[in-house]
Amino acid sequence: MNFLMTLRIAFKALNRNKMRSGLTMLGIIIGVSAVIAMIAVGSGAKARIQEQIASMGSNLLIVLSGSATSGGIRFGSGSVPTLTVDDAKAIATELPSVKYSAPVLTGISQVVSGNQNWSAVTYGTTPEALLIRDWPVVKGRALTQADVDGRAAVCLLGQTVADNLFGEMDPVGQVVRIKKFPFTVIGVLALKGQTTWGQDQDDTLYVPLTTSQRLLFGRNFPGMVRSISVQATSAGTLQQAEEEITQLLRQRHRLRPDQENDFSVRNLTEAMSTAQESARVMSLLLGAIASIALLVGGIGIMNIMLVSVTERTREIGIRLAVGARERDILYQFLIEALVLSLIGGLIGLIIGVSASQLISHFFKWPTLVSLQALLLSFSFAGGVGMFFGFYPARKAAKLDPIEALRFE
Amino acid sequence: MNFMNDLIRVEHLVKIYYLGEIQVPALKGVDLCIQSGEFVAIMGASGSGKSTFMNILGCLDRPSQGRYFLEGTDVSGMTKDELAQIRNKKIGFVFQSFNLLNRTTALENVELPLFYNNTSSRTRHHRAMEALTGVGLIGRQHHLPSQLSGGQQQRVAVARALVNRPSLILADEPTGNLDTRTSLEIIDIFQKLNQQSQITIILVTHEQEIARYASRQVIFRDGKIIQDLSFEPRQAAYDLTQMPPPTEEAIP
Ligand SMILES: Nc1ncnc2c1ncn2[C@@H]1O[C@H](COP(=O)(O)OP(=O)(O)O)[C@@H](O)[C@H]1O
Ligand SMILES: [Mg+2]
Repeated sequence: MNFLMTLRIAFKALNRNKMRSGLTMLGIIIGVSAVIAMIAVGSGAKARIQEQIASMGSNLLIVLSGSATSGGIRFGSGSVPTLTVDDAKAIATELPSVKYSAPVLTGISQVVSGNQNWSAVTYGTTPEALLIRDWPVVKGRALTQADVDGRAAVCLLGQTVADNLFGEMDPVGQVVRIKKFPFTVIGVLALKGQTTWGQDQDDTLYVPLTTSQRLLFGRNFPGMVRSISVQATSAGTLQQAEEEITQLLRQRHRLRPDQENDFSVRNLTEAMSTAQESARVMSLLLGAIASIALLVGGIGIMNIMLVSVTERTREIGIRLAVGARERDILYQFLIEALVLSLIGGLIGLIIGVSASQLISHFFKWPTLVSLQALLLSFSFAGGVGMFFGFYPARKAAKLDPIEALRFE
Repeated sequence: MNFMNDLIRVEHLVKIYYLGEIQVPALKGVDLCIQSGEFVAIMGASGSGKSTFMNILGCLDRPSQGRYFLEGTDVSGMTKDELAQIRNKKIGFVFQSFNLLNRTTALENVELPLFYNNTSSRTRHHRAMEALTGVGLIGRQHHLPSQLSGGQQQRVAVARALVNRPSLILADEPTGNLDTRTSLEIIDIFQKLNQQSQITIILVTHEQEIARYASRQVIFRDGKIIQDLSFEPRQAAYDLTQMPPPTEEAIP
C-alpha cells in the first residue's frame, strides 16, 4: 500500500466524521498556538533586552561611590560621594584595559523653557561619557573638552526633554533654565528608548561636569562625583578592567587590607545578561506550560483513534482478509493520527502567529515569532500525533482477522 | 496420488477454540486432498466445523494441530506477512455476509486487494473493471453497497475475490443470504469460473440444491469428514433458463 493511497484513506475517514475530527484537532490547535504565542512572548522579551544591552553601550563598567560602612551605618551605593574627578582621570590614564572613563554627577532637575517645564535626569560629565554610551547627537553638536574647561553653561537634551519643552521647534541655540540657571542648548541626542527596567533613557540632560559642580549638584562635596562610567577596551578585558579599577582605587583611597571598598564596580553588561538569561528561562517555561496543552491534545487524539479502531474493527478485518499486512493497517491508522495532528498543527501555527501579533499590538508587549519556533512546535505536534496514535494503530494492526470479521 | 499435484492437502487438521477454561474442539482430525480445477461443496449441519475449516484453508486462521499444504508448501510455518500475501495473491474469499466496505463504491471495493500489492492505479482500475464485467456488474461500479441488492453485493464480493486472479476461490455459504434465483446466478458465476478458467472452487453450503452444482461433495459432522463423494454436476446456466423470468432487481 503506498503512501498517497494511505493518505487518501485517512482523509476520507476523517472527513466522514468532521465534527469529531475537528474537536480532536482542537486540542492540538490550542496546544500549538499556545506554544507559538508563548515562545513569541518570551523571545520578544529576550530580543528587547538584547537591544537594550546594545543601547547602553558595550563593555561598560560603572564605579559607584559608597558602599562603605561609616560609623556603623551602611549607606547605599552612591549616597556619599567618595570618588573624585581625579580618580576618573587616573582610571583612564593609568589602566591599559580602559578605553574611556568619565566622572558623572547625577540629579533630577527642573528645566524650564518659556512656559514649558519638565523634570529630567541631569548628568554633569565630560565628553567621554557620550562616547562610552555610544550616543551621538542628531542636531547641533556634542559636548567638548572646551565646554568642560570653560565651565560653559550649555546642555544637550535627550529626545523626550526636547519634545516636551520644544515640541516641533528646533531647540538648538535656545536658552533653557535648569534650576533657574540659564543654559544654552547646543544639541539634541539620538533616540535611545527604554531600559530593561522601563526607564526612559531619553528623558535626560547632559551638561559639562564643571558647570554642574558649580551650579547644580557639586556644592556639598566639592571635587567629588557619585559615579564614574568606564568603557573597557574590549569584552575580553572587561574582567581585567574591573580588577584593575578596584586595585587602583583602593590604592588611591589609601584603604588598609582590612577595610572594605568605599566604592563598588558594577558590570552592567553582566547584569543585563542575567536579565537576558531570565527572559530565556521565562520563554522556556512558558513554552513548557503550553506544551502540556499540546500533550493533552495528544491524549485526545489517542482517545478518538481508539474509538475509531473499535468502530472500524470490521473494516480492518476485511482489509486483513484481502491481504493487508500488519504494517499496512498500522500505517493507515498512524497516518490518520498524523494527519489529524499536522492539520491541527498547521491551523495552530496560523492562530499562534496571529495571536502573537495581537499580543504585541494590544498589550504593547514585544513578540518575536521565529521560524525555529514554528518548525519546533509543528514537529512537536507531529511527534505528539505519532506518539499517541501509535498505540491505537498497533491495536488495530494486531487484530485477528477472523475475530475482526465477526465483530458486530 | 501425486503429492505435488494437490492444490490443497490437509493432514490430521485439528482446531480447538478456548473459551476461558473450556476447550471447544471444532475440527477433530480432518484429512483431505483437493486437486487443482475441482469444484467442491462442503456440507454439514450448523456447528460441524465447516467455517473453521474454510478459515484455515483461507489462511485467515491457523490450525491447532496438523498440517496444511497449499500448492505443496507447508502453510503452518508461515509468518503473518506471508499468510497475508497468500490471502492477497492466491486465494479469493467470499463470505456469507458479503463483507464489503460501506461508504465505498463497488469499484473501490473490488480494487481493495490490489492496494495491498502495489498495483499501479491504472492497472488497478483496469483489473477491477474487468472483474466487475466478469460478474455482470458494469454500470454499477460507482454504486455504494447500500445502493445494491444482496445479489449484486455478492457479485461485487466475487469480483473482489477474482481481481488478483487467484487459483483458488473459497466461499463460505455465499448464497446463505440470497433468494433461490440470485443464488443460482452466483453459482453460475462460480461454475463458469471453474469450467472456463479452471479456477478451483470450494464452497460451503448446507443446501443440497446448491451442492449438486459441485462435482464433489464433502460432508462434515462434528468436526470430522463423514462422506466424500464425486458426482456429475448439474449446470446452473441450464437451470437458470428453466426458471421463471428474473425479478427486476436480480439482473443489472
Ligand atoms: N471463535 C470461536 N470460539 C469458540 N468456539 C467457536 C468459535 N468459532 C466456532 N466455534 C465453535 O466451533 C464449532 C464449529 O463452528 P463453525 O466452524 O463455525 O461451524 P459451521 O460453520 O459448520 O456452522 C461450533 O461448535 C462453534 O460453536
Ligand atoms: Mg459457518
